[in-house]
Amino acid sequence: MREPLVRINGLTIDFDTGQSNVRALHGFDLQIEKGEAVGIVGESGSGKSITWLGALGLLGPRARVAGSVRLDGREILGLGEREMAAIRGKRVAMIFQDPTSSLNPVHRIGRQLVESLVLHRGMSARSASAEARRLLERVQIAAAAQRLSEYPHELSGGMNQRVMIAMALAGEPDLLIADEPTTALDVTIQAQILEVLKEMRRETGMGLVIISHDLGIVAELADRVVVMYAGRPVETAPVSRIFDAPRHPYTRGLLAALPEIDGALERLVAIPGQVPEPHKLPPGCPFAPRCAQANANVCDETVPTMRAIAQDHAAACALIHTAKPEALRSLELA
Amino acid sequence: MLAYIATRVGRAIFTISLVLTFSFTILAATGDPALLIMSVDAPPEAIEAFRERYGLDASVWQQYIGYLGNLLQGNFGQSLRDGRDAWDVVVERIPLTLALTVPAFLLKIGIGIPAGIYAALHRNSFLDRLVMMISVAGYTVPSFVLGLILILVFAVNLGVLPSGGQDTWRHAILPIVTLGTAGAAIIARYTRSAMLEVLGQPYIRTARAKGVPWPKAVRRHALPNAAIPTLTVVGLMVGSLIAGAVVVESVFSWPGVGRLLISAVANRDLMIVQAILLLVAVCMVTSNLLVDIAYGLIDPRLRGRSGSRKT
Repeated sequence: MREPLVRINGLTIDFDTGQSNVRALHGFDLQIEKGEAVGIVGESGSGKSITWLGALGLLGPRARVAGSVRLDGREILGLGEREMAAIRGKRVAMIFQDPTSSLNPVHRIGRQLVESLVLHRGMSARSASAEARRLLERVQIAAAAQRLSEYPHELSGGMNQRVMIAMALAGEPDLLIADEPTTALDVTIQAQILEVLKEMRRETGMGLVIISHDLGIVAELADRVVVMYAGRPVETAPVSRIFDAPRHPYTRGLLAALPEIDGALERLVAIPGQVPEPHKLPPGCPFAPRCAQANANVCDETVPTMRAIAQDHAAACALIHTAKPEALRSLELA
Repeated sequence: MLAYIATRVGRAIFTISLVLTFSFTILAATGDPALLIMSVDAPPEAIEAFRERYGLDASVWQQYIGYLGNLLQGNFGQSLRDGRDAWDVVVERIPLTLALTVPAFLLKIGIGIPAGIYAALHRNSFLDRLVMMISVAGYTVPSFVLGLILILVFAVNLGVLPSGGQDTWRHAILPIVTLGTAGAAIIARYTRSAMLEVLGQPYIRTARAKGVPWPKAVRRHALPNAAIPTLTVVGLMVGSLIAGAVVVESVFSWPGVGRLLISAVANRDLMIVQAILLLVAVCMVTSNLLVDIAYGLIDPRLRGRSGSRKT
């Protein structure tokens, strides 16, 4: 069997808070094929960002990351700093939510791009500088040559995110992880950034992980969606199936909270309550306290695990698998 | 950048004129130097003659105007003690003071900055806590106490170093260590907190995410940013190179500017006191000015927009 680009198995992340140990990620499994685009969706605190920061060893000394993360079949969890540094930016690049504070305020844009090119493409300073200009032009920044000598505070947020994307492209990565890349930007700029990401994927064929709390943005870019809740994946399916036949009550809740442009004017339904804090998780299904369908006998007993429902579609809800056919139907109608 | 420098130079001149006026007023308000310098039972004619000679018989306003006028011509007045030019009396002490404060300054930076960086990079480690404990002790113990302790240990008990005077380089060791300790402690704390602040910034995460190895990320991305707040406290120390050793010079009987100031105040030698205060003010203001300019050089955000616009 061919190895996928990324294979994550049983990834857990714990934070040592001094007095106690808090588990923020409870076993995460995912495979990403070469060139595939996967969306990770969930509310804040669901563990969608730390999964990737943890996998790339970017969480700092208080985090304990365990499990397995394989890149082209090679285990990268537990690699030394030097070996990890060679993977970061080169094989797997990452862009973040707030582009302006993600760029170094005291270095010129050009210098920050050149740094990546010298690191990963072994370029001389001179050819790197010409390549930096080409990268800015690829992400559709006007007056690229001039921008190279400017500082991040002289550019708008949208431009800085383009710079971040250009910098990520510098290493010609196989996978780009975009962590809420448009959350801090205006709506019109959001659309432009998503367009740039799509364009770059078409050009380079790189894989993409798009992390967002917004199912709409994920639907724009991803082939497949993983819905996360309280540090666990709860449902995964191709994008079209997530929209057409969501099975987990939480996914349904997220969809109900999404306005439809061409649909009838309906009231948006918010999911009551909040994501439980990592140290106050309920004993059974973490979503049960907020779930309209929760059944005290089943849901409060054990934590449901991901189980296949159909081809490429799995969910972690006890009700889907234990309910009698009638109950299942009512669940689908709900 | 030029406008940035010009406003700061203007501010510096204003500050110095404030200091001049303030020191003149305070000294004029605190008594008649003629009575103090001449003995109390001196004949009234002698006292009058003294006042006339040093211009002390004019009104305070006239004295002030005259003082400013003389200053503008580079005339700092004469010592009321021996009639020598006040500026000459002060200037000949400067090298002696610098012989203590410059090595002490290098000591502060040489120990404080690396200790602060180390502590921040190894936050909550045993060495971090040790560095911070020493640093708290270093800057809470007043320098005259530390000076006396050092004299007790190294001069009195061990007898390896002299307790005062300035005959050889060995006389300078204890005063330099005394001066350097508190400063190193302060710089270490500032550097540590500046580094911790910067290390938590998103652009450090970006640097690591783009594959910059950790040591290089620290050198290239964290240090220049952490230098900005650290510069403030280092700049203050540059400003106090001339006047920062008043207490330590007294403890170790070191005949520098600081001790001159103390004896001039005690003797009501007005012109000397004013010359020293002016010198101190100019040093402080100049170093602040240099710090401001250095800020502008390090931090492009402070330079103002240079012909670019947001889109």
